[in-house]
Amino acid sequence: MKYLTTIGLEVHVQLKTRSKMFCGCSAEYGADPNTHVCPVCLGYPGAMPVMNRDAVRLTVITGLMIGSKISEYSKFDRKSYFYPDMPKNYQISQYDKPLCIGGSVDIEIGGTIKTIGVTRIHLEEDVGKNMHFQSTSGVDFNRAGVPLMEIVSEPEISSPEEAFAYLQALKQILLYAGVSDCNLEEGNVRCDVNCSVRPEGQKELGVKAEIKNLNTFKGVLNSLKYEVERQVETIKAGGKIHQETRRWDTDAGVTIAMRSKEYAHDYRYFPEPDLLPVVLSSEQVAEWKSGLPELPRDRRGRFVKEYGIPEYDAAVLTAEMDVAGYFEQAARLSSNPKLVSNWIMTEMMRLLSEKGMAIKDVAVTPAALAGLVKLVDDKVINSNSAKQVFAELFEKGGDPVKIVGKKGLVQVSDSGAIEKFVDQAIEESPKSVEDYLRGKAAAAKFIVGQVMKLSRGRANPQLVASILEEKLKVEKRKRGV
Amino acid sequence: MTVHESLSMMEKGECTSEQLVRGMLDEIRVQDGKIGAYLSVQEEDALGQARLADKARAGGRKGRLTGVPIAVKDVLNVSGQPCTCASKILQGYISPYDATPIARLRAEGAVFVGRTNMDEFAMGSTTENSGFKVTRNPRNTDYVPGGSSGGSAAAVAGGEAIAALGTDTGGSIRQPAAFCGCVGLKPTYGRVSRFGLTAFASSLDQVGPITKDVRDAALLLGVIAGWDEMDSTCMKLPVPDYSAALVPDLKKVRLGLPREYFVKGMDPEVEKAVRGAVDKCRELGAEIVEVSLPHTEYAIAAYYIIATAEASANLARFDGVRYGFRAQGAEDPIDMYCKTRAAGFGAEVKRRIILGTYVLSSGYYDAYYLWAQKVRTLIRKDFEDAFKCCDALLTPVSPTVAYKIGEKSGDPLQMYLGDIFTVTANLAGICGLSVPCGANSKGLPVGLQVLGPAFREENILRVGHAYETARGSIKQ
Repeated sequence: MKYLTTIGLEVHVQLKTRSKMFCGCSAEYGADPNTHVCPVCLGYPGAMPVMNRDAVRLTVITGLMIGSKISEYSKFDRKSYFYPDMPKNYQISQYDKPLCIGGSVDIEIGGTIKTIGVTRIHLEEDVGKNMHFQSTSGVDFNRAGVPLMEIVSEPEISSPEEAFAYLQALKQILLYAGVSDCNLEEGNVRCDVNCSVRPEGQKELGVKAEIKNLNTFKGVLNSLKYEVERQVETIKAGGKIHQETRRWDTDAGVTIAMRSKEYAHDYRYFPEPDLLPVVLSSEQVAEWKSGLPELPRDRRGRFVKEYGIPEYDAAVLTAEMDVAGYFEQAARLSSNPKLVSNWIMTEMMRLLSEKGMAIKDVAVTPAALAGLVKLVDDKVINSNSAKQVFAELFEKGGDPVKIVGKKGLVQVSDSGAIEKFVDQAIEESPKSVEDYLRGKAAAAKFIVGQVMKLSRGRANPQLVASILEEKLKVEKRKRGV
Repeated sequence: MTVHESLSMMEKGECTSEQLVRGMLDEIRVQDGKIGAYLSVQEEDALGQARLADKARAGGRKGRLTGVPIAVKDVLNVSGQPCTCASKILQGYISPYDATPIARLRAEGAVFVGRTNMDEFAMGSTTENSGFKVTRNPRNTDYVPGGSSGGSAAAVAGGEAIAALGTDTGGSIRQPAAFCGCVGLKPTYGRVSRFGLTAFASSLDQVGPITKDVRDAALLLGVIAGWDEMDSTCMKLPVPDYSAALVPDLKKVRLGLPREYFVKGMDPEVEKAVRGAVDKCRELGAEIVEVSLPHTEYAIAAYYIIATAEASANLARFDGVRYGFRAQGAEDPIDMYCKTRAAGFGAEVKRRIILGTYVLSSGYYDAYYLWAQKVRTLIRKDFEDAFKCCDALLTPVSPTVAYKIGEKSGDPLQMYLGDIFTVTANLAGICGLSVPCGANSKGLPVGLQVLGPAFREENILRVGHAYETARGSIKQ
């Protein structure tokens, strides 16, 4: 029997704000333990929260990016549970009036687009971090109070691979929107996943298990793969799935049920009396909306239409917002966007990964790249020379025209000059000529190489090819082969 | 001696702040053994502050309260001082910061002498629920001083302080002021910043002064009131000159008597004293009208649901992890919480945490908390309607005078019902003033409550001041 899988994701994203959600402490990662703390984020007696407006803005921008309805009126609530990493033993979160409602994220799976619904996005505060030493434990509260946005998906994901694709698409959107660094190593993105299986044909969903606190996308993929299999095998063996919380043991590659004590909560939500409701005017939302970056998928479609580049190129170029922006600047200055795309996708990306650099840090400007493409397009230089020019541009920047001049790379398209090179090459490569005339067509390539060498790479390759062909025909006739 | 009297004496050079503080410390030494108003006295610190104040005054750098010693309820954070909230669970905690009202008093030159006793976490009406000691009423030490700001009221009434800060969640400033025969002011919710006030019920708590007269209450309110970016519920409104509102008559003032606050079964001596005060106000030119606050009977129930619900979350932070008391010998964090909270909290606090946890539990939220919020809206509307036709309301502060120590401590429900005339102001978020208006045959004080519209403290201060001036001294 075939089993259907149903997955829903809760993705917690740390927002890129300077200060914490409810106090002025730095939200920066990596400081010495308990150095970014104050009475507010330590839950001292009498301390009160003050809302970080920038966190609200970033959450609303995320909502706008995925087509959420932005709540004119939303509020914060207290979610009560005891845990040592939680300074107040309640978390300020949003319960029934979140900032954003609805929305969707498109994923590509097996070449087709699938739309995954988003239920809501709400804003809350992060907790501290428990640390365990040999005989004692401690809590680092630097993270406590860092703004955390929770994006809850509809249970519309039907495989671990879809869950993975959803996370990647979401991350791309968050990076585009500039709302989070999405640095997984720093715990910027953490997921809770809900998963159930049911036999095909059964209408109601199976009993779900929740896997909590996954901090890598691979972890989500692998834990879900394991969990789906575990549930299917359990049912096949006549067992029952329990509604429970499980955790992913990365090393063992298994999910393990947590003790009931660790998750049996009645959160006792009630409105946070220390904060006023968040009221957003339509003007404010409209202003944020007008400053919104284009969605990755929209940009992709536009690149195909506007610049006539293939779907594949558009996908590669829009994967990162900075790369897309670079391409677009260069393409606008060029009459051959496809060639611009080629340069970025090959030479640029090769050198970037070789040097471990980001595109925003390279010396070659989009205008210089467009200039280089024009030189190639106008056959002023050939592609060999162009690579040399690009390498220099990449390293030092500058004007491609000047570099070409300085290096004497202007292509030789004078047929008289090329004929001389060809004659010389033929004379110096009797063996290759012999081979060619005996029917080994590939031997011509060697002679072309010789010509390029003689011209120090500047000879127009098309001219070389046609002149050589002529000469070899003549040679053939001469020898009467 | 009042605050304004001490200021004028210092101004004239008749005394120094150091002398005032020393005098106060002497009084504490002599009297506090039997009254028990203070939990801690910061003698050296206070004398140091006083000397600095004297220097500042001599150098012409004086604030509105330079050199005036103020007693502080042990629920407010004063940098470098303990703040136990009269709870064992906060033993050892030293405040790393000043509460906003404290910072404002400090900026005007006030001197902080000591921390006054209270019901643990402000939960109670007698100060018998302190985790450390019982405070006695200076008028008669067999009686309670009221609560929860009983230490502050007893210190002021007993001459151990010139003025004090208290907090009021359901009457905790007004009722002890009435029981001890002092003036107590609960400002409008949002008038004074709550930043640094250890929260009992966040939507009800306010900081206010307990003083010897209304003029002092106006003076202190003027210092502590006003917008604070650290408290989002504190309103951005200008602070009027409250002292300027103190005129000696009540001409063109209309005062309402809420029918529901003069009920059968209330102590006849209390009713007599309050009626006498009403007559006095009429003589001063006020027009007296009867009004109705029809939802009053639901107030106690709504109050104890909202207050305990908020308290159950507010007090969750006292877990032994970061500060204060931690029980030893725990096996895991949950065990540590249980042991710490079991040993650290007193019975009344536990009772209210359990109540609050219950009313917020899934399945009960709608029946209790949501219902209570609806009642709250109706009570607020009652007052809005009443204030359409009057400038302030006159009521008793409490249905009784102070009771004997131990008399009601075994019956929490009886005790809760004693808050009936004060909790409504907290639920509605309006301001209220308690002014002494007589004493019963045993010499126990009775308090007149003046309730005013939100952010109209000048109304109630004017009424209180005019009445107080006309009343003269009270036979005790």
